[in-house]
Amino acid sequence: MSNLFGAELSVINVGLSQFADPIRAAGNDVVDVTWAPPAHDDAVARALAQLVNHPDIEAANRKAFDRYLSAQPTLTGVGLARDVLSDLGDRTILHSGPPIAWEDMCAPVRGAVTGACLYEGWAGTHAEAETLAGSGEITFAPCHHFGAVGPMAGIISPSMPLWILHDPIHDNTTFSNLNEGLGKVLRFGANNQDVIDHLHWIRDVLGPALTATLEQLGTLELKPLMAQALHMGDEVHNRNAAASALLIKRLIPAALDARLDPDTLSAVVTFINSNDHFFLNLSMAACKSMLDAAHGVAESSMVTAMARNGVNFGIRVSGLGDTWYQAPAAVIDGLFFPGYSTDDANPDLGDSSITETSGIGAFAMAASPAIVQFVGGTSSDALANSRRMAHITLGRNSAFTLPALDFTPTPAGIDIRKVVDTGIAPVINTGIAHRDAGVGQVGAGITNAPLACFSAAVTALAETLQPGD
Amino acid sequence: MTMGTRIIADLYRDSVALMQISSTVSQLDGVSQASCIMATPANLELLHEAGLLSEDPGALLNEVLIAVEADNDDSLARALDAAEAELRAEPVTATPGAEQSEPLRSVEMALDAHVGANLALIATPGPFATAEATKALHLGLNVMMFSDNVPVEDEIALKTRAERDGLMVMGPDCGTAIVDGAPLGFANVVRRGDIGIIAASGTGLQQVSCLIDATGCGISQAIGTGGRDLSAQVGGRTTIRAMRALADDPDTGVIVMISKPPAPDVAAAILDLAAQAGKPVIASLLGFPPGDATVSGITFADTLESAALLAVAASRDGTQLSFDETVAAPEPARGRKYLRALYSGGTLCYEALSMLGGRFDGVHSNTSYDTTQTLNDPWSSAGHTVLDLGDDVFTRGRPHPMIDHRLRNERLLAEAADPETAVILFDVVLGHGSHEDPVAAMAPSLAQIREEHGDDGPVLLGFVCGTQADPQGLARQKKGLADLGVVLAENNAQAVRTAGGMLEGSQ
Repeated sequence: MSNLFGAELSVINVGLSQFADPIRAAGNDVVDVTWAPPAHDDAVARALAQLVNHPDIEAANRKAFDRYLSAQPTLTGVGLARDVLSDLGDRTILHSGPPIAWEDMCAPVRGAVTGACLYEGWAGTHAEAETLAGSGEITFAPCHHFGAVGPMAGIISPSMPLWILHDPIHDNTTFSNLNEGLGKVLRFGANNQDVIDHLHWIRDVLGPALTATLEQLGTLELKPLMAQALHMGDEVHNRNAAASALLIKRLIPAALDARLDPDTLSAVVTFINSNDHFFLNLSMAACKSMLDAAHGVAESSMVTAMARNGVNFGIRVSGLGDTWYQAPAAVIDGLFFPGYSTDDANPDLGDSSITETSGIGAFAMAASPAIVQFVGGTSSDALANSRRMAHITLGRNSAFTLPALDFTPTPAGIDIRKVVDTGIAPVINTGIAHRDAGVGQVGAGITNAPLACFSAAVTALAETLQPGD
Repeated sequence: MTMGTRIIADLYRDSVALMQISSTVSQLDGVSQASCIMATPANLELLHEAGLLSEDPGALLNEVLIAVEADNDDSLARALDAAEAELRAEPVTATPGAEQSEPLRSVEMALDAHVGANLALIATPGPFATAEATKALHLGLNVMMFSDNVPVEDEIALKTRAERDGLMVMGPDCGTAIVDGAPLGFANVVRRGDIGIIAASGTGLQQVSCLIDATGCGISQAIGTGGRDLSAQVGGRTTIRAMRALADDPDTGVIVMISKPPAPDVAAAILDLAAQAGKPVIASLLGFPPGDATVSGITFADTLESAALLAVAASRDGTQLSFDETVAAPEPARGRKYLRALYSGGTLCYEALSMLGGRFDGVHSNTSYDTTQTLNDPWSSAGHTVLDLGDDVFTRGRPHPMIDHRLRNERLLAEAADPETAVILFDVVLGHGSHEDPVAAMAPSLAQIREEHGDDGPVLLGFVCGTQADPQGLARQKKGLADLGVVLAENNAQAVRTAGGMLEGSQ
């Protein structure tokens, strides 16, 4: 029978806060929901309601989340995209975010595509490269469709060297390009000769040197290194200073053992040392690895990718196959470098929000007080963000803990149901690219994933349920 | 005069909060009209009708629209700023002891924070109420749906699900309930006792519980089923559940069931169940059963008053209390021959129709009842008129008449101005959620009627549904009415009988 009588009445009050007082005055427990219409759309609200605490979805999420937790991304080597990505066509260029056609790409991505055509030797001039890009001869695809991720424009072309990560638990392999450093770089759409020359150096010198070094090092599990970096002030998205230092600490003895040519060794070490973001691409590929392990569990509502192409923001959901649920990417209202403002900002760009999807980055902001001001907040905002994200996640990842929150594990496993139900959007730390190709980074800030992506995914997941469930 | 609007993006406030802000801003100097709404199509339409919108403001669903009409640009700007400041103030979430943390933004989040919760009280706008109730049931919570405008198919689905999971759904459109002594929604503060009530919910439940309280007896549980529960479609699902629960409840010794006449098949099932409750059952089904049908173990009462008294008798030693048939009232002045009853309580209105319908010809109402005529225009009375002012036609875009007395005050003056009006009958409903001082809110209009018409005017006949422990205080409200020259009855049935006697006497 009903557990209503006899049990101590305890009320959840939804919609009219004035109803709480009389209940409280009668000596009963009552708690107010700060209610707003889910998605401001009653059809979405109804779809969501079918999913809440649904036994099949709960079971699917436990499975997906366990797979995420048990993933063990391990750095195994460096190889050229054409050699390591399966079925990458001869003239394929990968980009960040959900799929997008050349005509629709934002300027920084177009600039980077142009640069890639020059880099590959498919065109001799910028004009030829742009004509080629628009000719239909080049196939464009998201990095995510090949198990890869790339920051900002995220351009990967066939002869670019990639980090290779293997998860022996789930036998998944994921990839990311090598970080080019700061300044005029392809990922912000720069494509002059210096940029192309630097990419060639990465391919011809850095890549082989890392290959030789990793042969000496053997495999390197990345989660312990990231966990240590979280305790050293990184959130491993917008701050990678500690992780990059920890990485090179591991690489140098192996590089010495590899008996690299002294000039090469010097150039490689100097390059890595000069770039506090060198680890970012590894962090991203590791996050991709953990989330790929969780992807593809039928009926799971766990988000397995959040990515932006500078025009649209897209998410993928474990139980919803390879479909992207998209909404326009926001312009970030962050802090800008001197001389720049929101007017200069490109809408949100890059695959690096894979870190937040995996429970680090802004979700672990409490770990990184050093950059809270850089991304436009206070230390208490940072703690609040880490706490707030726990309300939209399936659980916590005890591999990653937050010293400032008494070593609480980071919240992880974004649940589309909880996002729509609470209206709490996943928070993302991000750099801001200039809207014109090649200018580079003009600022950084905190942004939120657009709720419309999650509403659309909730509707789609509800449609997959059998009637009567 | 000048008009202006302002849009506040990404903000949601409930309708009560918005009405409060609208009312505060309307009272600013130089402001003639002000309204804050969620920018739904229906709400925008209301602003158009009110003349507060000359063009499409371009506001989206998740935005609050402030619309103001003011004497000049300065007043307009001040009003818009004031409204925005009020809207942006963080709503106070009065959860004592809660640390400064994230507001609880969903039922699930609230349940995570309060693991022992066992009931969700849902008072969201209708189109979202089913979703909230569904979530609550999925999370193992009983549900009280205060929300109205919920489709009957949704009600059936929710109640079927609840039945499967051993949970209770009260409502939709459940205005009030009392569970383990806690008043839910618009409830009176009544003594605890051994009388359990099952009611469609609303003022029928309030009337019976208050009358029981007045005798010194009390209420164990009061369950609101929603007005459609006993229809053939819904099949009495919640009534059945409540009947079983009260039969099992050790704190309940007597069961009172209050409803409009049920669908025949449903009535049979319910009465069968009631007969097996093992406790005295009093049924006041307002016109049911027809004639002198009897069911063993069940006592039928033809009014709410008699249901309350029969319950009290069963709860005590069987001694039957009674109210006087009528109260003393002056004779209506010559030429005044019609009753005008202005109810804020829907069940009270229905009870009046059930009592008057067979007694007088030509009773008009906006509530459908088989022996009365439907008013062509609810805004204009004809002959004997008995109105439910809580009907959608009157509450569209404005608060319920138990909260906001403006509409009834206007109608009081209009009825008084009709030279054929003999008696104006009205209810005053107290309790949580009702106006904080209803008699004070009505006083200017009642005083104006006395002043304009003196002893030649219509007889003002009222009654107060409430208890002394209610926030408004029963004695204080009654004294206020008496001081204004209102003839006071003890309850609705007595008031209707008194009015009937006066009208028969004057015919």
